[in-house]
Amino acid sequence: MSPSNPMNRRKDRIDSLAASTGGATGTALLEAGSVDEKPGVSLIASAWQRLRRNPVFLIGLGITLVFVVLAVVSPFIAPHDPAAGLLIGQVRPQSNPVPGPQPGFPLGTDDVGRDLLSRLLVGSQQTLIVGVVATVFGLTGGLVLGILAGAFGGWVDALVMRVVDVLLSIPSLLLAFSIAAIAARPSQLTVIIAVAAVQVPIFARLLRGSMLSQRSSDHVLAARALGVNQRAIVFRHMVPNSLGPVIVQSTLVLATSIIDAAALSFLGLGNPDDRQPEWGQMLGRAQQYIYDYPHLAIYPAVCIIVVALGFTLMGESLREALDPKSRR
Amino acid sequence: MARFIIRRLLQMVGVVFVLSLLVFLWLRSLPGGTVSAILGERATPETRAALSKAFGLDQPVWVQYLKFLGRAAHGDFGVSTGVLPGSDAFQIFLSRFPATIELSVAALVIAVVVAIPLGYVSARRANSPLDSSLVVVSLIGVAVPVFFLAFILKYQLAVEHHVFPVSGRQDNLGCTRVTNFFVLDGLLTREFDCSASALKHLVLPSVALATIPFAVIYRITRASVLEVLGEDYVRTAESKGLTARVVRGRHVLRNALLPVVTTIGLQTGGLLAGAVLTEKVFNWGGIGNALAVAFERRDYAVLQVLILAAAGTYVVINLLVDISYAIIDPRVRTR
Repeated sequence: MSPSNPMNRRKDRIDSLAASTGGATGTALLEAGSVDEKPGVSLIASAWQRLRRNPVFLIGLGITLVFVVLAVVSPFIAPHDPAAGLLIGQVRPQSNPVPGPQPGFPLGTDDVGRDLLSRLLVGSQQTLIVGVVATVFGLTGGLVLGILAGAFGGWVDALVMRVVDVLLSIPSLLLAFSIAAIAARPSQLTVIIAVAAVQVPIFARLLRGSMLSQRSSDHVLAARALGVNQRAIVFRHMVPNSLGPVIVQSTLVLATSIIDAAALSFLGLGNPDDRQPEWGQMLGRAQQYIYDYPHLAIYPAVCIIVVALGFTLMGESLREALDPKSRR
Repeated sequence: MARFIIRRLLQMVGVVFVLSLLVFLWLRSLPGGTVSAILGERATPETRAALSKAFGLDQPVWVQYLKFLGRAAHGDFGVSTGVLPGSDAFQIFLSRFPATIELSVAALVIAVVVAIPLGYVSARRANSPLDSSLVVVSLIGVAVPVFFLAFILKYQLAVEHHVFPVSGRQDNLGCTRVTNFFVLDGLLTREFDCSASALKHLVLPSVALATIPFAVIYRITRASVLEVLGEDYVRTAESKGLTARVVRGRHVLRNALLPVVTTIGLQTGGLLAGAVLTEKVFNWGGIGNALAVAFERRDYAVLQVLILAAAGTYVVINLLVDISYAIIDPRVRTR
């Protein structure tokens, strides 16, 4: 594979990311020990030591923790049932399509009289599910392909990577639109699959690059010389050492999948069943009232932006912390 | 250099070829299909069979694909069945694609022109308040959904305050069409008011679309300049007594821009997809709308042309990036 043929730039970048974080673990460990003069400091321990003092990471972590806690407890603290059209009696399609704030309903309701505050609170749950499940799907697909290619090499590698290359040559969100549009009946699951599919080739490339750089590294050669079988080498030595860049990418994907899911809803390819609120869906659906009642869009949008920012801050500082080149 | 370009071109043709096969097979595996989309579910089997035959959809998929390839070689990509029934799919592409390209190019120009100087300044004054606030802005830029930003801009600057037009690509001035790039058309035909109107319509959508590429290019520029500033050759150049201007231009910027050029190429794919969202907000007559309708009505011919064109554009732009890369950095050619 030549490092810079057309449209390979993107994969080169992914590969260099893989090499910068994962493959160098072995030497990084030694370096960390000698520089800190505290022998035996593991990559994760030393990364944590630096992250602990990094305000950017702490802000990201804080936002994420609040989000996760909210997702768990929101059904218990929400003032009303998010699916119940409590103020439907006030909705007048012509004069008053969206009832405004009033006692008991501090943010007003949506266009079918459901309490907006409750929907925002409980919406964190489905939003978290979309982000996490999409990331898990994308990661699993990428892991399978990446491990196949990285562990076997040869024609398996060539075949898998050609497919991955072609997938990478389609602009990512366009791929998600296309996959979501296939679904005869859109649902939460089709949204998640569409958003996750985009991530599969990225994860595959990342993992494969990292594993490839380890195949001739000392710890793998040592294991092979000791007669460790291939499966154990792949799963006990190569995969764990490749996880650094994968963890970074996963954190960033949590953010993009929530944003992408919102984009699908905006294009009418989202989940049509809105009894269980989800921020992207709320934002996508608010477009019909956006000029007269912009708050319907602004609240879920701000929630998405804050949460996406939290994941991004965490991912970027993780990337910095796990990158041996940035160690001092 | 010529050999380098030829090799890249051949690889590019290979990718587009494989992609055309994948898109073709995948579209035909969609549930529903053209015939159901046109006739509905209640049509009699006879009418369905007749229409299927008329479109050539009754033949085996591989025969359909070979026929498609044969005609595509002559520039015939089939007839639209859903977007503009009866018209040539390639003509639809020609009328829609320039709009999307115009929007994407404008956004990219804005992103590059703003991001590179800011990234450079940020790196020179690393950890200053200016630098920190720019980094925060760039991080927020990635977190904001493109279409939401587009709505906010449109609401504030077009609906509430009439600074810019609300939607569309141009006022109705009876402009002559040459290339369907409206700004370019106005310049070619010397109808400068047409160009001005098109530019005015471009501002809001292209600013909205520019945020993500801006954020990414800014951060790469900043990181890259920071790295180069710490290199030995920069210190050497400074200690040789070269003027600050020469050091900045020849040593810092030229080396720092290599990864930036790559990143710009990578952003084009995201631009094309983001354009689909922005187009919807501003009712822009580009491929976004056409794609949505084509999916809904299972218009294979139009879908094939548009998806292949989008992917092809992405591949071509990355080829151009590689060539410019080879010009800037001679080491790439020999690899």
